Amino acid sequence: MSEVTWPTLDFGAGPPGTPTAGSAAPGATFVPSALPAWPAPPATPQERLERAWAVLQQVPDPEVPAVSVCDLGIVRELQVADDERTLVAVLTPTYSGCPATEVIEASVIAALEACGLGPARVQQRRSPAWTTDWISEAGRRKLREYGIAPPERCDAGGPASAATGVDGQAPSFAAAGGVVAVPIRIHPRRPVTAAAPACPRCGSPRTERLAAFGATACKALHRCLDCREPFEHFKPI
Amino acid sequence: MTASIVAPRDPAARYVMRLGDTCLILAQRVAEWCGHAPILEEDIALTNMALDLIGQARALFTLAGGLEARAGGTCFDEDQLAFLREERDYLNPVLVELPNALPGALPGSAAGASGRDFAFTVLRNAMMATWLELLWRHLAASTEPELAAIAGKAVKEARYHREHASDWVRRLGDGTDESARRLDAALQGCWRFHAELFAADALDEAAAASGLGPRADALREAWHEAMTALLAEVRLAPPATTAFVSQGRQGVHSEAMGYLLATMQHLQRAFPGGAW
Repeated sequence: MSEVTWPTLDFGAGPPGTPTAGSAAPGATFVPSALPAWPAPPATPQERLERAWAVLQQVPDPEVPAVSVCDLGIVRELQVADDERTLVAVLTPTYSGCPATEVIEASVIAALEACGLGPARVQQRRSPAWTTDWISEAGRRKLREYGIAPPERCDAGGPASAATGVDGQAPSFAAAGGVVAVPIRIHPRRPVTAAAPACPRCGSPRTERLAAFGATACKALHRCLDCREPFEHFKPI
Repeated sequence: MTASIVAPRDPAARYVMRLGDTCLILAQRVAEWCGHAPILEEDIALTNMALDLIGQARALFTLAGGLEARAGGTCFDEDQLAFLREERDYLNPVLVELPNALPGALPGSAAGASGRDFAFTVLRNAMMATWLELLWRHLAASTEPELAAIAGKAVKEARYHREHASDWVRRLGDGTDESARRLDAALQGCWRFHAELFAADALDEAAAASGLGPRADALREAWHEAMTALLAEVRLAPPATTAFVSQGRQGVHSEAMGYLLATMQHLQRAFPGGAW
């Protein structure tokens, strides 16, 4: 498909040796090379917090580097601890088993300290549970440009139906009273519904899901029935 | 070799640890499909689900360690609790520790020889994900805020797991004679181990009294209803209930458990504190 223009990935290539997505080991961090720089330390705690937000806007998610940890809504709050010295970043993990959680924590601390805003530490907040509704509008746009269909809104009833709707759509021949053997499809055919995510490449609403689990816990695999390209969908959760 | 730890004694810690064990041991079995699933998408799906379960187990073990410390006991971390207990101190139901194919259920078949039967995994996952989703829903209202927070996250993951397993129950049940036969064999083999999931004991009593979580039998009706409906879609019915109740939740396991633990614990036992 030579006419397809593939989105370019540019989140600030790190110096040689910077880990790339997929090679993250414990202790590895994702810190962009082009971090904001200020000539002087922050004059007030308020200024320090504002700078910290600006820095974290640049810290990419290790597994979906097109978006920052702020775009994803992982960073819930920034505050100065009771010791009036330590900057605390409150983070909410996306999935219980997300292997990127530790890398994100290390990256956040490393980025804040690289910008002279340390000492910094992170605090995990599990409740309320992370939801894809926290992904910002900018984050959704970046996901689409990167080739990942953004999640539907959970609060609009989209997510529940997107998830549970599978049940209703799956082929069952018992209901029709039939006992005819049905070929086992690896990818069960489901009718195209309005809930299907639009193709991020050609924009067609005619897409089908190939697998509910993709390369990372947060994504499902789909394909477009018009341009025939496979694409990933950020699962609403 | 690293010595075993003495498992937590506090009832609340044990209640939480028991759920952690259930997630951990099921994750170990599901993860055995890594590199062996029938198709690439299933390999990815099963390992993703194993990862979710391990993540849930990690959070539960950390909480159990904290609850034991609050009660005056030793605060063990997640790795110590996961890897350094004796078999009798694991409190998962027997259903999750069973190998990925029932021995003797598939004589002469390829699945029998490999020790892995996809239909068995699909059916067990459907039983367990349905149970876990119901349990997480109850636990989201726990009086222990950390447990409620873990449950609030896990219930969303369990829903995806349940849908995945249910989807395959339908496809195998509606599929060929062979796939339907394998699914039915898995059902006949697994079913008698479900009774234990709903056998309330003293830990459940204490948890229900303190508001930590529900008694095991509180989930029975909703689970039966959901499983019966799913099986009915592929013309199967739950086998008759027998008097047999396995005792994994009391620490009495099947012969499969020792082999599973030997594999799972080997690295931490041989290389104490090993990390990579």
